[in-house]
Amino acid sequence: MKFAVIVFPGSNCDRDMYFAVKDQLGAEADLVWYKEANLANYDGILLPGGFSYGDYLRSGAIASTSDVITQIREAAEAGKPVLGVCNGFQILLEMGLLPGAMLPNEKLKFMCHFETLTVENADTMFTRQYKEKEKIQIPIAHGDGNYFCDEETLQKLQNNKQIVFTYDQNPNGSVGDIAGITNEHGNVLGMMPHPERAVEALLGHDDGLRLFESILTHWREHHAINA
Amino acid sequence: MRKVKIHITLKEGVLDPQGKAVHNSLQSLEYSNVQDVRVGKYMEVMVEDSDNLEAEIDRMCDQLLANPVIENYSYTIEEAG
Repeated sequence: MKFAVIVFPGSNCDRDMYFAVKDQLGAEADLVWYKEANLANYDGILLPGGFSYGDYLRSGAIASTSDVITQIREAAEAGKPVLGVCNGFQILLEMGLLPGAMLPNEKLKFMCHFETLTVENADTMFTRQYKEKEKIQIPIAHGDGNYFCDEETLQKLQNNKQIVFTYDQNPNGSVGDIAGITNEHGNVLGMMPHPERAVEALLGHDDGLRLFESILTHWREHHAINA
Repeated sequence: MRKVKIHITLKEGVLDPQGKAVHNSLQSLEYSNVQDVRVGKYMEVMVEDSDNLEAEIDRMCDQLLANPVIENYSYTIEEAG
């Protein structure tokens, strides 16, 4: 399985993401500059955290208009796994692949620490290695992580089991304690916490690694090589 | 050429912690008459005139300048240069 880590001007968690899938997961991966991207030969798309375009206008807004977005949309429509973390999540919201929008944290503070998350749906290609309702430790690092959507959208997210992770102690004011959601089809996941920063015990926790393992085992099952 | 003055504001019901902080600061400066503050954005867009300029500005706002999930926008179009 081959991952593309999309690098925008201002991405700064791209190498963490690359390390997670290449060194810790043991999959193939490339850092792909957004202008030179040809995503046709990649099996999974990773949108890393950071501050693409300096968060000008709104976090993720400028990146969501770049040419590579069409290819990301195509990959999502083809059912490939698309994971957006932090700024990657903001980009997925701004490009409309996921519903809702991101607001500044309720207390206006940039926060950077571990949070306890509950796995609300362990039946996705991103979470199958977790147990339903399992508590995991994943760090956050954001200033605009206050997820917002209207009541109707929230109902829809709940009914379709699109809310995948929630915060145990909501740090930013997100509606419904939401930390991560998928699209209806379940192959696009956006989350504010950084699983790629929790992939080995040396880093404090390795709860994030199973997210990447989930993607890989799901892919292997669907692309079993008949020897 | 036209100058489009665009105001972008947070929708009612969307929390505005920045506005709240500014409100608090005004109160600590003893402007006790201030009831509420909402912080928004203001942009000036210089654009060539066309027959359907308003429809085009609407599209610009919906696609990029504002996020319809959380923001409203309004604008005025003025003669420029």
